[in-house]
Amino acid sequence: MKKLKFLLLLFLLFPIKSYSLIEVDITRGNLNPLPIAVSPLSIDEKSNKSFKNLIKNKNIGEEISSIVENNLRTSGLFNPLSKDAFLQAPDIANLKPRFEDWNLIKAQALITGRVSNVDNKLRVEFRLWDVLAGKEMMALAFTTVPTNWRRVGHIISDKVYERLTGEKGYFDTRIIYVAEEGPKTKRVKKLAIMDQDGANNKFLTLGNELVLTPRFNPNSQMVTYLSYFRNLPRVYLLDIETGMQEVVGDFPGMTFAPRFSPDGKKIIMSFAKDGNSDIYTMDLENRIVEKITNHPSIDTSPSYSPDGKFICFNSDRSGYQQIYVMKSDGSNVKRISFGNGIYGTPVWSPRGDLIAFTKLHKGKFYIGVMRIDGSGERLLTENFYQEAPSWSPNGRVLIFYRETKTDEKGEGFSAKLWSIDLTGYNERMVKTPTDGSDPSWSSLLSN
Amino acid sequence: MKLNKILRNSLLIVLACFALSACATKKVSTGQMQGDVYTGTDTVEYLASGVPDRVFFATNESVLTTASRETLRKQATWLRKNSNITIVLEGHADERGTREYNLALGERRANAAKDYLMTYGVSSDRISVLSYGKERPVDSGSNPLAWSKNRRSVTVKAN
Repeated sequence: MKKLKFLLLLFLLFPIKSYSLIEVDITRGNLNPLPIAVSPLSIDEKSNKSFKNLIKNKNIGEEISSIVENNLRTSGLFNPLSKDAFLQAPDIANLKPRFEDWNLIKAQALITGRVSNVDNKLRVEFRLWDVLAGKEMMALAFTTVPTNWRRVGHIISDKVYERLTGEKGYFDTRIIYVAEEGPKTKRVKKLAIMDQDGANNKFLTLGNELVLTPRFNPNSQMVTYLSYFRNLPRVYLLDIETGMQEVVGDFPGMTFAPRFSPDGKKIIMSFAKDGNSDIYTMDLENRIVEKITNHPSIDTSPSYSPDGKFICFNSDRSGYQQIYVMKSDGSNVKRISFGNGIYGTPVWSPRGDLIAFTKLHKGKFYIGVMRIDGSGERLLTENFYQEAPSWSPNGRVLIFYRETKTDEKGEGFSAKLWSIDLTGYNERMVKTPTDGSDPSWSSLLSN
Repeated sequence: MKLNKILRNSLLIVLACFALSACATKKVSTGQMQGDVYTGTDTVEYLASGVPDRVFFATNESVLTTASRETLRKQATWLRKNSNITIVLEGHADERGTREYNLALGERRANAAKDYLMTYGVSSDRISVLSYGKERPVDSGSNPLAWSKNRRSVTVKAN
């Protein structure tokens, strides 16, 4: 995929100052998102014309800034102000903002910038300003191929997010998921991939066979998933750049619930045989298969800790589905979920401190998080049916899917992707062209 | 006058239909589950005359009920008589569970049926097992009756 061979040149125009007056606190639910003005990136007439020819955008400067605006808004931490109220022209604001004007419309931060065509490459510079202090906080410039313009918007968003919250962003990322269509009893499912904001949606399989639970390799553009190709449910590996697919291992039965190890070198999954499911790993380099759990109960949904030393998984060895943690060699198995109800789909946070899960209690499904010893359980959202959280690469947001209850005629079924902040605020439906389920969030594509 | 009569008659028929269907649905909802195991015949198909193709399970369970064992014994008898036939046991779960766990549960249910068929003389090399988890419900309803129909193992002729 051309998009991934991203030519990114980063120039530091001015040193980043180490202090700032504005700061966004992301540890609490943000009920007062930071008012921010995203001034359209200015563009000269000649460059605009050339980009119109190259990539058919109306005004690439405005379009990049609306990507930034949309990203910041959906994070729930920022409140991008209406452009109608802006008093200063974009090109002049980028040179030297009149802070009184921006202060007047209650902006606390301001983003300005400029787009130009340099030898048919897209050059974008942007600046982040602290309006109250009247200071520049950050200035960066990128040069890349024009078709990468959306990613430029995401990278600017990530830089602004990081500068203002002190944590890495998650906007220059993609989501792989299962696109669904058709009646509930005969769903057609395809693998699909899209940018985190829903743009560039692409189907990766045709829907001829059932596919489930795709997951990204944290270190490459590989995906592992379950396919019912030839009615043999097996874990597959897919290179989304080349489209190459292969079965993982040679198992005489169903393999399912795959995930990569944090270094991307192993796949961990369940193998079901004679009514019993246990957890196995396969090393992708030497193809060595190891059995990790050995118990007559169902052991499934394994997920590694980010340091690769531990595995959390789902087992019904106590009689019902509960969450367990063990060392990565399968020793020291400990149950960690003890609340009311049953627990499934544990997934370790990329920050290492939390495990997200699905919980069923009294007929309701919850997405929640707990600490890795099982303490501090916090339920983020309740619904008729929802499951399978996946973490944003910075560990601040969870994406999952939700299904609707059908009516008395059995109609009205839908499956949609949703995201929610770790704080339990900012619950949002993630728009997809068809219904969707089983979302998995990629790592940051740049840096 | 005539038109009026026709209208009145048809209205009566319509009303009668409503009354009947009301009775029917009431009967359905009470008489087709024991505990939460489906005992009706709504979605059941037949491998041969008198040999139902599926058995039903309680929530989260893979234990065979008395009725299920009876069905499987009929299947075993028929399979012994038709020794050229191979089968796939398709295990299913309802929609009220996480996808991955349900795949394992469907496999466990189909294997419960397989083990029983084997004890009644059906050779294991004639049986393969395929779990669909919650991916292929027969009833799209979101209610306990629909879920009970979906928790099933279906015996499908493979050749």
